This record gives sequence, C-alpha cells and structure tokens, in this order.
Amino acid sequence: MFNQLHFYGGVHPAEGKVAHASPIATPPILESYTVPCAQHIGAPAQPVVQKGDKVLKGQLLAKPNGFVSAPVHSPTSGEVVELTTCLGPMGNQIPAIIIKSDGEDKVAEPMPLLDPANSAPDELKQRVGDAGIVGMGGASFPTLVKLSPPPNKPIDTLILNGVECEPCLTADHRLMLENPDAILAGARACATILGVKKVMLGIEANKPDAVALMTERAAKFDIEVHQLKVRYPQGAEKQLIYALTGRVVPSGGLPMDVKCVVQNVGTAAAIGEAVTLGKPLYERVTTVTGTPVVNPGNWRFRVGTFYREAIRLSGGVKDDVRKIISGGPMMGLSVCSLDIPVMKNTSGILLLSESEIVQYEPHPCIRCGRCNDNCPMGMMPGILSEQIENMRYDLAEEWHVMDCIECGCCSFGCPAHRPLVQHMKRAKAVVVAKRKAAAAKKPKA
Amino acid sequence: MIHVLILTVIGVLLALAIGLVAKYFGAEQDPRSDQLLELLPGANCGGCGFAGCADYVKAMLEGRAKPGCCPGMSAASLAKASSILGVEAEEHERKVAVVCCRGDESVAVNRAFYNGVTDCVNAVMVANGGKACTFGCLGLGTCARVCPFGAIEITDKHLAVVHPELCRGCNKCVEVCPRHIIKLVPAKASVHVLCSSPESFKIKKGVCSAACIGCHKCAKAAKEGQITFNGFLACINYANPPEAEVADVCPVHVIKKSE
Repeated sequence: MFNQLHFYGGVHPAEGKVAHASPIATPPILESYTVPCAQHIGAPAQPVVQKGDKVLKGQLLAKPNGFVSAPVHSPTSGEVVELTTCLGPMGNQIPAIIIKSDGEDKVAEPMPLLDPANSAPDELKQRVGDAGIVGMGGASFPTLVKLSPPPNKPIDTLILNGVECEPCLTADHRLMLENPDAILAGARACATILGVKKVMLGIEANKPDAVALMTERAAKFDIEVHQLKVRYPQGAEKQLIYALTGRVVPSGGLPMDVKCVVQNVGTAAAIGEAVTLGKPLYERVTTVTGTPVVNPGNWRFRVGTFYREAIRLSGGVKDDVRKIISGGPMMGLSVCSLDIPVMKNTSGILLLSESEIVQYEPHPCIRCGRCNDNCPMGMMPGILSEQIENMRYDLAEEWHVMDCIECGCCSFGCPAHRPLVQHMKRAKAVVVAKRKAAAAKKPKA
Repeated sequence: MIHVLILTVIGVLLALAIGLVAKYFGAEQDPRSDQLLELLPGANCGGCGFAGCADYVKAMLEGRAKPGCCPGMSAASLAKASSILGVEAEEHERKVAVVCCRGDESVAVNRAFYNGVTDCVNAVMVANGGKACTFGCLGLGTCARVCPFGAIEITDKHLAVVHPELCRGCNKCVEVCPRHIIKLVPAKASVHVLCSSPESFKIKKGVCSAACIGCHKCAKAAKEGQITFNGFLACINYANPPEAEVADVCPVHVIKKSE
C-alpha cells in the first residue's frame, strides 16, 4: 500500500468504472461500416479500392500515404458502396469508405505467421506497419514510427501501459483479464524489434485481478509487472516512465530521450494478434458507459461502427443525454453527433445526462496554488492562464506551455472554476500555428 | 522655516543638475521622429512588420523601411510622411477587413450547444464549434478582442461585423480567425460576398439560409472575369471589381454593397 509507485501531482477523480465486471462482448455483423481513412495522426491513408469492389474481412482498403501514416483494413466481407467523407470526432469531415456487408464475414488470407521472440526484427517491424497498428490509448500515433527510433537514440526499456487511469473506461482492464497472451506476445515482439531486455508493465492498484493474472502469465517471459498508485494521470507517458524508472523526460522531449518506449496494452494486444495470427487491426475493445446507458459494457467493435449502433447494442439510453464524449471524462473529446464511426483509437463512448453537466461561472484566480500542486508536469497553470487571457502567447511559450499534456488536473481542482486546461489548449494551438508559419517562411528568406 | 529653505536649495540644485545633464549629455534625437510618430495611428498594431509605431519610425529614419508599410495611414498622412523623409510618395491603397459570413443566429443552424470558453479558437477545438456550417462565423469575439482600433462589433445575434470606417487594415483579425473567413480587401471595392463556404448547395441549404447558393446570376450580371466561382461560392475578383449593381440581382442577398 505505501510503496506503490507514483509521480508528482495529479488528482483522484471518482473512478466510475461501472463496466469493469462485464466481459468483452462481440457485436453482431452490421449492415454497413463506414471506415475512416484518417484513423491516425499523420497523412490520411490512400484508398486502393473502388466503388463496387468486393472485399474480404481484413483486406487492405487504403494504403499508407507517407512515413507517418497507417493502412486501413476492411472490418467485414462485402462490397465497397461509396468512397465518401464522414464526420470525425473532431467535428471535421474525414475521408471514409463505406462497406456494405454480405453477412458471410469471409476472412482474407491471413499474413504469414511470425514468432514474437525468434523472427527477424525487421520482419516484425514490417508486420506492425502492414497491420495498420496505431497507438490505441487515444493518441493514435502510428506504432511503426514509435518502434523506429533514430540510431542515435538507444532504447533500453519497453514499458507497457495497463494503467487506464481515465475514469469510467474499462476496456484495457477487460483486455488484460481476457486476452493476456496476446498482450504478452505483442510485448515480446516489440522487445525483439527494439532489441531490449527490460520490459515493464504498469497497472493501477484498482485492478488487483489484472495485476495478479498478468504477474502469473508474465513470469515465464521475464516481464516485470508493477502495481501503481491510483492517481490520475498515472497512465500519461511521461508520468508512467517516471513512476516506473525514475527517469524524467526533458522539456519538449520524447520518451526515447530517456531510452524508453511506451506502448498501451491494447496496442500490444493488436501487435500480438498481427504477429501470431496474421490479423490486421480492424477491431478494438471499446467501453460504452455513462449513467444514461441502459447496459454499460465492453465491446469488441469493428472500426466503422457508428456510435449510434454502439449505443443501440448497449440497450439504448434511459435518460436525457446532454453530452457525448469520445474517450474518457477527463481527456475525451466532446462530439456533436452519434454518426461518428468507432476508430482505432476510440477507447470509450461516454454519455452524460443533464444532471451530470454542471456549468460553472469562472471567477478570478484566488491564488491558492492548487493548480500548481495538481499539475503533473510541474507547470504553473494559474499564471499561464492569465498570460493567455491577455493574449501573451509569447510569454506562455517562455513558460513552457508546450509541455502541457492537457490532462485537466488544473481545471479539475480549481476552486474558482477557471477554464485552465482550455486556455492551455488554446495557447498550444496558437503556438503550433505560429511555429508552422515561421517554418513555412524560412525557406523563402 | 529653515526646513523650507534647505528643501528649496536642494530643489534648485537638483533642477540645475538635471538641466545641465540634459544639455551636455542628452542623446541626439532626430526632430523628424516626433513628426512622423504623430502621423502614424499609434495603435502599435504591428501591421507594418515592426514592433510598434516608434520602432517603425526608427526604421524609416534609418532607411530600413519605406513609409508605405503602415496599413493604417491615410493617403494624406502618407504624402506628408514621404515629404518629411524626402522620398517619393508611393501609391497607397487603403484596405479594410470584411467578415465573409452573414450567418447569424437567426439564419444559421447550430448542430451542438457550445458552452465552453468564449473564444473562437477554443470553440473550434471542441467538435469544430457549435455551428453546423464549418465556414461560418462563430461570433465568440476573438477578432474583436485583437482589433487595436475597436473596429469589429459582435452583434447580439453572435456575428462579427467590421466597421470599415474604423478599420485600418492591420490584418490582426485575419490572422487570428480560426475559420479563416475574414478577408482584407481594397476599401474602394463596392461589393462583397458574405459567405465563405464552397460546399454544395445541398449541404449549405441544410445549415444556413443566408448562404451563397452558387446560382451564377451575379456572374451573368457582371462583366467577364469580375466574379469567379470556387465550388458553389461566388468570389469577387478584387483586381477587377464589379459594379455595385450586381448586388441587386442576388436572390439570397449574400452580396452586400459597401457602406
């Protein structure tokens, strides 16, 4: 209890993990799937199918367009009805392919099977790219890029992130209980690719069953399982690295600067399945939860399943829904429609009712310093927010606003209800735009 | 009594010291700099590319900048500044900003209720804003707050409107608008299209009843090349602007005459 690993700062919001005991359910095959081509950070994938083409489950639909990109595969067998656009969680239109399923769910020839420990690292790396695997914790960064550190950045530790500190979500928890072998296979494949010996798995202490099971299964592969203090944002990359290794990622740096690579357990399971079963990434475990949902639960949704379908499968809603969130309550994105497809990074669909939405009036800062205490990055959100309110983005940049991980601990604890994290997000957007403009200007001069 | 005397003597001595220092150690100042500074708007908007009006004056006197860089100067002030500096007066075209959207609350559809921070940049980060049209003015006043001349008004129906008589064309609002719907146009142009969405008629009609429907009536009324089309959006060719009368043919009144 007292020697649990942790980091500086953070908060402990109500956990609300009501769906932790419901096993991962498999939904029936739907009539059609709207598969977005931009399910990752980077360039959208380039469609390789045309209207009217017959496709099989797991067949390539769109190929990566550049290094920071990922391919997209068909979630079922059927016909390509249309190449169109659909609404994404950011509220923008993204290119998408609509597949009308034939109900047979015929599987395409799987990719040749590989061994996570003994296959050649390059072959395994190629497979991670071909299977279209992206970070499934939420960021959706192409995993191939993460597993290709530049030669001047040696890696000595692989960290698996099974923390799931975000309230309400239980997808990773269920995955660890129901598919530990895929996670471990993926972890070993990543270790082979990176050539590292030390593999660590961090799990928050509120999942004792997952800790026990993973410890038992991981023992024979020499993977260390650590129980971490229940504290949000324990699952943030930099905080997890600090808790497990004591290393501090420098300002503006990446985990590879402290010789670490962090992978979510969901990503590891996808890698495991891609390697040992030859299966590309076209489905993921998603939690559908919130008080208005009749049967909150965990589902293995195929990408391209509309949120509307996901909620219908969960028994519909019983209450007045006022807010739909893609992801968890702390860092998730508020979305404007239910006609948004589940993507590779949709860890949860959270509905909130009228009574749960409280709109506070922001007041002036009372200088209590609670945001400074809560900030896991050691920043000063109170002072930064004042600079940002006065449009002093240059000062905010000097005060390291770009190090903000947008966890929301500052706003969560603020007794004056100041929209601190929202200000930080705005400043980050402005600074990024400014840097982009400066970079675009340079070659001309 | 003695106290008053001592203080007076100290005062006189210090005044003398200040006077002498100012006379013998004072920095030479170009007498033209005050005159030039008076001709500039004095808003320190940065539209010239320098850090405020004083910096721009310094640059002009050192020959690093021409008098035409300030977007907020009137033609008369520019001529005066040119004669002070002894350079040839440049052609100066006054530009003003115009918000290319007239979809206020009464005509535009909201697809979600946004209740976050009152700032357009924030709103765009939450599901791309509450307005269904992704090219519509959000009316949360980011542009009005950056305007150094107070030329932008947010109407009570949440739409940004530029008052051209106050606008000095500094470009600040154009840069800050997350929807990119504010344009800097020549002040003498007689008409503007108050819509920025090139999307299809079907999509636009579903989200806003004030949108340009792309009927080409204005293009037929104008001369060749004066109005071009970007998808379903009429665009004024400001290099060759049409007459004000084209506004009269628009069936949805999205083309507005300048005041």
